[in-house]
Amino acid sequence: MSDANAEKINRLLQQRSFIELGARQRARALLDAGSFRELLDPFARMTSPWLPKQGIVVQADDGVVVAKGTIDSQPAVVVAIEGAFQGGSLGEVGGAKIAGALELAAEDNRNGIATRALLLLETGGVRLQEANLGLAAIAEIQSAIVELQQYQPVIGLVAGPVGCFGGMSIAAGLCSYLLVTQEARLGLNGPQVIEQEAGVDEYDSRDRPFIWSLTGGEQRYASGLVDGYLADDLELIGEQIRRFFQQGLPAEQRSHRHAWFLERLQKFDGSVQADAASVRSLYQGEQL
Amino acid sequence: MSTATVQRGLRWFQLLAAKGEVQRDLPDSLRVADTTLMGQRVRYLAVVPDSNNRFPRARNGEVGLLEGWGLAKAIDQALEQDREREDKRALIAIVDVPSQAYGRREEALGIHQALAGAVDAYARARLAGHSVISLLVGKAMSGAFLAHGYQANRLIALRDPAVMVHAMGKESAARVTLRSVEELEALAATVPPMAYDLESYESLGLLWETLSVADALNPGAEDLLRVEDCLSSALTDIANGPVDLRSRLGAQNRAASSKVRELLRAQW
Amino acid sequence: MQTLSFQFSAGHPAQGRALVGCVGSGDLEVMLEPGTSGTLAIAVVTSVNGGEQRWQQLFQRMFSDQQMPALNITIHDFGATPGVVRLRMEQALEELSHV
Repeated sequence: MSDANAEKINRLLQQRSFIELGARQRARALLDAGSFRELLDPFARMTSPWLPKQGIVVQADDGVVVAKGTIDSQPAVVVAIEGAFQGGSLGEVGGAKIAGALELAAEDNRNGIATRALLLLETGGVRLQEANLGLAAIAEIQSAIVELQQYQPVIGLVAGPVGCFGGMSIAAGLCSYLLVTQEARLGLNGPQVIEQEAGVDEYDSRDRPFIWSLTGGEQRYASGLVDGYLADDLELIGEQIRRFFQQGLPAEQRSHRHAWFLERLQKFDGSVQADAASVRSLYQGEQL
Repeated sequence: MSTATVQRGLRWFQLLAAKGEVQRDLPDSLRVADTTLMGQRVRYLAVVPDSNNRFPRARNGEVGLLEGWGLAKAIDQALEQDREREDKRALIAIVDVPSQAYGRREEALGIHQALAGAVDAYARARLAGHSVISLLVGKAMSGAFLAHGYQANRLIALRDPAVMVHAMGKESAARVTLRSVEELEALAATVPPMAYDLESYESLGLLWETLSVADALNPGAEDLLRVEDCLSSALTDIANGPVDLRSRLGAQNRAASSKVRELLRAQW
Repeated sequence: MQTLSFQFSAGHPAQGRALVGCVGSGDLEVMLEPGTSGTLAIAVVTSVNGGEQRWQQLFQRMFSDQQMPALNITIHDFGATPGVVRLRMEQALEELSHV
């Protein structure tokens, strides 16, 4: 066995999964050791006022963890969504926690404190039981991301297994840098909803290979719609996040590139269906 | 019925921007025009049906790939042109969007990113000092509304049964939440954020103003004046306020949103 | 959804607090906080109705062979089996002992 192979195997043996961690553990793991401090923690019992009215059990943190600390010794706030609670959906409280934290991070920057933000996105989007309040909160989250990245990069990470959908996929698209793993899916509309609205011929929600081929992390990376494609390795993910923060703001962020995307979309033949290969080829030559 | 509904946006655009200079070089599903409103420079933006849209799932006024990126382009252009000006033109989104585009092409080509382009542009414009207003004349649904209208400093809705804000259509919402449409409707009657009617939405405190008109589909001269008056008051109101979205907070039915912020600030 | 409450006798108040689990399918969230001396109070909110007896028996068995500290326990249950409940309770108590 070569040294390189031995090293690879050793690495695999030591690898700690990030995906299997819960939201709180994820946030803790990505902040500098010992710096994690949770705001509005579960014992504050800021739970959804709307779920009990519908006979649905609440979670004490409403599925969102907000933690302050440092990353690379710089002030940071990490927001982590718990995908296992109500599919990571955002209601009033969870949404306000994210929006409020990002608003305060932006305010810090206006006051000369260079607080940066990391979003761990594991969400189906709006929590339909709180529909319009979830949607309103997502608009505020989006506003705060745009405001904050006038000063600092906002990094989004979609690790899986839930993925990132709905209004929060738009929020992901606003991030300065967006990172995914092989277990991540990223898309605006959930497969079931597309099938419901457009029919099974348009989108077969039970055809998992088809759905992964279009919206999976690997495809999104190959199409230039995300900035990093990471292995499920806690240490590597932490390294990448620090590296992207060190880069500072991107030269031109993806959500500003309407001219490039419109030019590419002009070349797309709308009369045929899209597949993974056609999207990769259309979006290749991306000068990021 | 649905055809009549989707043409509201176009109708209001034609009236409000009648004397406007229409912007070319945008997707055919967008209407963008510069004009003045009671002496102030404004740009009206609307997403309208385009039966020839190259993306078949975006032919009925849905916000899709071209619409998201196209809005971004139209707004960015105003930002650029007004960069050095004090009197930055206002952006007025005429909102009548039945949904985002649901389709295979859309997901594959990254519709989320296209809508992010529009959201980003609207938010940057607002933060840069452009007044942004949303005038809801029809449906304002989900991702479509996020991309076209929800970043506004002020939201104004016509008081009309066809004006509706929601996260998902009833049938899909029922399917996703494993309920029947009847169960969903029963719940919506007691849970304001779930409801589909404008009064319930109004109770969340997100709207700056609701406005009664005689005919929201075929507005007369008086209706037009009333709306222009309201838009103009909104511009005055914005000029005296912050560029963020905090004016949406404060309603009883949204008390937790304020409480969370208050506690976060205390612990920050 | 059903809200249940239980009380057992206990010793001195626990030190610190702990949280384990998540309100995901087949799982539950258990929160432990110091209680009033002599009392172990449990509040259960569960998605499964009609399980009062089962919860009572489960807690009785768990606490029969040990003197528990005084705690306020909050449980948010999303259809966990008795085995999972027991596991989460043990994890929470274990975490408490490390505080």
